[in-house]
Amino acid sequence: MSARKRGTAVPTSAAPASAVVPAASLIPADAPFPKAAKVALGMPQLRKNLAHATGTIRAKRAKVAGELDDWEHLRDSAAAIKADVQHRLPELAIEFERNAIAAGATVHWARDGAEANRIAVRIVREAGAEEVVKVKSMATQEIELNEYFEAQGLRAFETDLAELIVQLAEDRPSHILVPAIHYNRTEIRDIFDQRMGDAPAGLTDDPAALAEAARLHLRRRFLSAKVAVSGANFAVAETGSLVVVESEGNGRMCLTMPETLISIVGIEKLLPRFEDLEVFMQLLPRSSTGERMNPYTSVWTGSREGDGPRDVHVILLDNGRTRVLEDEVGRQALSCIRCSACLNVCPVYERTGGHAYGHVYPGPIGAILAPQLEPGRHDDLPYASSLCGACYEVCPVKIDIPEVLVHLRQQGPHAAGEQAAMGAAKAVMARPRLWRTALRAARLGSLPWRRKGFVRRLPWPGSRWTVSRDLPVPPKEDFRSWWKERQR
Amino acid sequence: MKRVGLFITCVNDALYPETPKAVVQILERLGYEVDFPAAQTCCGQMHANSGYQEDARTLARSFEEVFGGYDAVVTPSGSCAAMVRDQYPHLTGSGLGARVHELSEFLLDVAGVEDVGARFPHRVTYHPTCHGTRALGLGDKPVRLLRAVRDIELVELPAADQCCGFGGTFALKNSEVSSAMLADKCRNAAATGAEYLAAADNSCLTHIGGGLTRAGGPRPVHYAEILASAA
Repeated sequence: MSARKRGTAVPTSAAPASAVVPAASLIPADAPFPKAAKVALGMPQLRKNLAHATGTIRAKRAKVAGELDDWEHLRDSAAAIKADVQHRLPELAIEFERNAIAAGATVHWARDGAEANRIAVRIVREAGAEEVVKVKSMATQEIELNEYFEAQGLRAFETDLAELIVQLAEDRPSHILVPAIHYNRTEIRDIFDQRMGDAPAGLTDDPAALAEAARLHLRRRFLSAKVAVSGANFAVAETGSLVVVESEGNGRMCLTMPETLISIVGIEKLLPRFEDLEVFMQLLPRSSTGERMNPYTSVWTGSREGDGPRDVHVILLDNGRTRVLEDEVGRQALSCIRCSACLNVCPVYERTGGHAYGHVYPGPIGAILAPQLEPGRHDDLPYASSLCGACYEVCPVKIDIPEVLVHLRQQGPHAAGEQAAMGAAKAVMARPRLWRTALRAARLGSLPWRRKGFVRRLPWPGSRWTVSRDLPVPPKEDFRSWWKERQR
Repeated sequence: MKRVGLFITCVNDALYPETPKAVVQILERLGYEVDFPAAQTCCGQMHANSGYQEDARTLARSFEEVFGGYDAVVTPSGSCAAMVRDQYPHLTGSGLGARVHELSEFLLDVAGVEDVGARFPHRVTYHPTCHGTRALGLGDKPVRLLRAVRDIELVELPAADQCCGFGGTFALKNSEVSSAMLADKCRNAAATGAEYLAAADNSCLTHIGGGLTRAGGPRPVHYAEILASAA
């Protein structure tokens, strides 16, 4: 990579571009979190990109959230609305369906991702199309719609700038809101240059130039697309409306220009009333991009002659959500509005990035959502947290992520060696006399490992501690002896 | 109420006698009668946070037996106080948490004292530990007490609110991530040029201190020991 001044728009096309290597290909997707994280930690450019990006959004969020006197009340309201939705999800889903149909939409129900994908492909074929343009959507990432489309001979084009970058790089998103957060603009320039096909000659890494290149590339797609696929941030039961919140206007293009629109919506996205949006539209932009207001909010209700798509489909997606709903503690994960505030403040995410989590939902919310959506597949994720609580502090819907992490840890499975150690520790700690004996034994036990007043190197599993830190040696006189002496 | 129970925590029991000694000295200076029930062991946090709920419940019941008779229990750990206050209600239905105070809470909210009459002529930086700050809501209570210490020079720790990477068994299970977090904390601590890094939890200080002996930087010290230093 060549040396170049940051923040200048001087053409630097002569700089030799590095070949694009998708970041996700370097991090083993099916490896346990600690292993994948170790790989990510060894990528200095990745860490630099992440620290810069999360640090910037973190500061912006804190500033605009701090501007509202009633921020905490808004959080309480959002949590209460979401809890209400969870308590009467079936009736709200049916109310939504009734109102959406009355407004001219077609409503489908999908038990899982496979069913949703099949329905979507059928609609695209019926529309006589072979390609679709896409609005950024986590639900379609979750069900791997793009991959399914490709296997069926159809093509799905991402139109969100960051999703486009990730798609061109044949990479996977590493952040919920900023899927290309792991790339800097030089890397993005290289991706456009090598993969876009119609990138202008002499493209620089100036953000405006990159955005213009993407705009020209996407414009052709918008104008020719017959079908668009979207998700939704909210689904209003009372009116049968869907809402998409976005920044770039690509969503508005997709939602209004093609004749057919397919929206795949997780059932937890329901809100009872239209006025509930008042709460969420204050919380979401501030929590996600750190803006008071997002540039584009699209609301549509069924179809209307001569205005927007004529053929409007909504696929209501379960894909494990009703099972999550059964867990009284775990279900709060369904309140998530995908703002990513928890990712941006998480000290673990900041250092590993999203790919290490091995799931489309990374970071703290992913650590509680992934193991619940796919039981048995992500048992290591609830441990990918120091329980520092920064996520809970910023969550706009007050998901007590540390509480759910601990709750999921209780469900195991626990390694046999760990179980034995924990059982032994409990047995000792539950007997005060045995505890005192153990403390004395610890002092003796540390003897062979002492170097210059510290324990500096321990055998496994203690080596996991001493790999980066020393341990103090137990004191000659403990508090108990001091206290006893004093009582005399 | 002038008699308080002292919960020293298992970490201090094993490694740091100076911290609970300091708490005894501070409280006695203020006229409290301190009682140390010798049957105390551990609040059960390690078990609870690692997913061993039943073991944690057993230890919580022992804690309640030992400390149930006190009107006030003082502990030099934000994390252990948070365990009793936040998790015991779910584990055992116990309301004992309302009577368990982290030292700075006790001094400011119960005793109503901000200046405990200490003198500490050193440059000190303060790390607000996660559980104390976020779970317990200590806010700037320990710092208010430190500000009242004579001749102390308090310097701000950059990125103070970032976790040091300890997280109990997290430090072992995700050793690499934990170590990366620690490296940043140590770098920030060293950048302050402070002689001491103070905090409200010796478990976090074991972690940060364990890194600082290698990286170089301030000495870890529980803020109670600063408050106990004689004027």
